[in-house]
Amino acid sequence: MVENRPGLTILSHAVLILGVLLIAFPLYVTFVASTHTLETVMQVPMPLVPGDQLVQNYAQVLGAGTTTGSKAAVGSMLVNSTVMALGIPLGKIAISIISAFAIVYFRFRFRLFFFWMIFITLMLPVEVRIIPTFKVIADLGMLNTYAGLTVPLIASATATFLFRQFFMTVPDELAEAARVDGAGPMRFFWDVLLPLSKTTMAALFVIQFIYGWNQYLWPLLITTDESMYTTVIGIKRMIVGGDAANEWNLIMATAILAMLPPAAVVVLMQRWFVKGLVETEK
Amino acid sequence: MEKRVVFRSAWLPYALVAPQIAITVVFFFWPAIQAVWFSFQLQDAFGLKTQFVGLQNFTNLFRDGNYLASFRVTAVFSVLVAFSGLAISLLLATMADRVLRGALAYKTLLIWPYAVAPAIAGVLWAFLFAPSIGIVTYLLKGFGVEWNWIINDNQALTLVVIASVWKQISYNFLFFLAGLQSIPRSLIEAAAIDGAGPARRFWTIVFPLLSPTTFFLLVVNVVYAFFETFGVIDATTQGGPGQATQILVYKVYHDGVKAADLGSSSAQSVILMFIVIALTVVQFRFIERKVQY
Repeated sequence: MVENRPGLTILSHAVLILGVLLIAFPLYVTFVASTHTLETVMQVPMPLVPGDQLVQNYAQVLGAGTTTGSKAAVGSMLVNSTVMALGIPLGKIAISIISAFAIVYFRFRFRLFFFWMIFITLMLPVEVRIIPTFKVIADLGMLNTYAGLTVPLIASATATFLFRQFFMTVPDELAEAARVDGAGPMRFFWDVLLPLSKTTMAALFVIQFIYGWNQYLWPLLITTDESMYTTVIGIKRMIVGGDAANEWNLIMATAILAMLPPAAVVVLMQRWFVKGLVETEK
Repeated sequence: MEKRVVFRSAWLPYALVAPQIAITVVFFFWPAIQAVWFSFQLQDAFGLKTQFVGLQNFTNLFRDGNYLASFRVTAVFSVLVAFSGLAISLLLATMADRVLRGALAYKTLLIWPYAVAPAIAGVLWAFLFAPSIGIVTYLLKGFGVEWNWIINDNQALTLVVIASVWKQISYNFLFFLAGLQSIPRSLIEAAAIDGAGPARRFWTIVFPLLSPTTFFLLVVNVVYAFFETFGVIDATTQGGPGQATQILVYKVYHDGVKAADLGSSSAQSVILMFIVIALTVVQFRFIERKVQY
């Protein structure tokens, strides 16, 4: 602040508080709706203070799901979401870090060709190759499997670029010293590069955890079996018709459960999250 | 930029890139090539016979009023999402950059929607705006506004725009805040000494210096509106009423998965691929310039 203007400071706080409230409003209503009986939620207007059905509603969705829509239990959906949210970042980090290592620290035939191949994947998001990718998965017998949910999403140009960029900043002296001491490339990778890459890996992990947890189109295409639904897909399947046909209290409880893990990651690991977000987009 | 120190091995580098290249080829290149191949073919209704038809799928698309309408919807939708999202986030970021007290708390409370899946953002807002039971619908009725996005085109579009913007504000906010914090304080102080008030300083110094961030976010938001809002739309309007919210990506999905029209859906995929390539090129050319700046 370059000058003291109390009026402007009050205005700033007012705008920010208004923004925070508007952003939080849908979350609050969702939470309130998840703590009432269906009859109460269906009242117009619905109450805006939490009710007493919190335990019943959450126990119902976790164990048994809704009765009118999808009957799959949210408990198993949370497990599926967790598998995706952990499998995608771990797989992505593993394959990207070794390919970036090869591209930065070796000279070999087709090096640039491979680099461009990886680069071009940026231009082929799932959304533009929906049907053929589905066919490939079907031909490989990967529908309704954890491998089908994770493996096709772990190739990523951004992660490879991020590691490449980071390796470029690692002083050449380290590799020289390692070589003089007689360490081979893999020894150098394990004992020097990997420990140095910890913060980059953490930042990438946070971003990709959220990415994996929130996947929608991909699981929608390749899961037909209720037991393989992720939480986000499960919510969609619980909405079966018009306003009155849905068990909104249970749907909202599921929505809270679906939002909680990634939101906790964003809030609790804010430093890594911001670092990851800013760096993956550079 | 190249490394001075390189390791030598006849096979190791190939083994290291192999997993990523294998996944890229199987799940990216092969399907993309197939999409191009299918886009030149016509399949009968049972998928038994296919016939090479050249560019017919493409010419049919551009003669199809529905497809052109979908282009229009996508354009309106992305402009609305990008501009309202950027304007709100810039306002919040400018304010957050000013305040000293509670800055971290505001930041935390503003960024959490990043963690919400687009489909869930859609469900949340669809519930608030639900025609018969929604709390916002009830409030609007108090103001004499009849709200029913199930049957009203513009209200359906408004709903998906609100849900999409709500989810994206956190992302824009973080980048604007980082951009604002990197503007040299001395410039702003110099302008203040010369007598420029806060509004003048914002429009003549801060906003122009922020333009690289703004342009970057504009591209990111357009890409977001084009592709990632699929979840918002599928969880709420499903392209309806009629085709009022059927953006291009949703139409690819609808025609390919629900209507099982492989040729047309693939041709649409190919057109989308060109759009993504154009957007990526714009993004990268711009980033090259940002580095010099």
